[in-house]
Amino acid sequence: MASKPARPRSPHLFSGPMQIHYRWSPAMTVSIVHRVTGTGMATVGTLLLVWWLAAIAAGPGAYGVFLDVFTTSTGSLNILGWVVGVGLTWSVFQHMMSGIRHLVLDTGAAFELKVNRRLAVLTFVASIALTVAFWLFLGIK
Amino acid sequence: MGTEIGRVRGLGSAGHGAQHWWHHKLTAGSNFLLLVWLLTSIATLPSYDHATVRIWLQSAWVAVPMVLFIASVFYHFRLGLQVVIEDYAHKESRFVLTVLVTVFTFATAGTAIFSILKVAFGAAA
Repeated sequence: MASKPARPRSPHLFSGPMQIHYRWSPAMTVSIVHRVTGTGMATVGTLLLVWWLAAIAAGPGAYGVFLDVFTTSTGSLNILGWVVGVGLTWSVFQHMMSGIRHLVLDTGAAFELKVNRRLAVLTFVASIALTVAFWLFLGIK
Repeated sequence: MGTEIGRVRGLGSAGHGAQHWWHHKLTAGSNFLLLVWLLTSIATLPSYDHATVRIWLQSAWVAVPMVLFIASVFYHFRLGLQVVIEDYAHKESRFVLTVLVTVFTFATAGTAIFSILKVAFGAAA
């Protein structure tokens, strides 16, 4: 009874110094990124959206404060404006694409290894393409 | 003793069966439609100064979908944050965090909807 027989390895992702028992897959990346983008938008995104709406309602002075935080004196985006702007739009598109992936998986489809992997990678390709397209449109319109 | 259905009714994940999951899926759909509208509408604005944005938000064609957007997205993220909390927090912290997230959701949603309606009803700034 005292001896330990060879058992299947723990399903836990980390054991000891960050040991990964499973080979990392794109599906795992999509899963955790879905959670991170969702939580980020729900907290930081929500506060920014409410601040923007409240500033519009409060008047030009309050709206000017909002603009000053994210733009330079010439009216173009500053570094924070770019980081928050691109970060939020990419989060929206990535969460939207992995959300659509969830709806597909909910039907019981796309669990075959190759298709599953391809669909997971596709969410990143699509979200990056949509983010670039969105900002290019804003730049050239 | 009761009947078989009586013994199992109200059991399951949190006593609510699939309601949480189903509402998450329904609001995912409405979020998608409202976001396509919002991103298109914001991207096609001529500029982003106060006067332009205020006139934009004043229109019923913007104010109504914007209120619906707040309702749909905020309900969706409240459901999502609850799942995250239930995965990582236990015992007292789970209870405290769930209450805090609920308060956060209602406070931010209330402020957002009030701001939209204030502009839409044409109140002086």
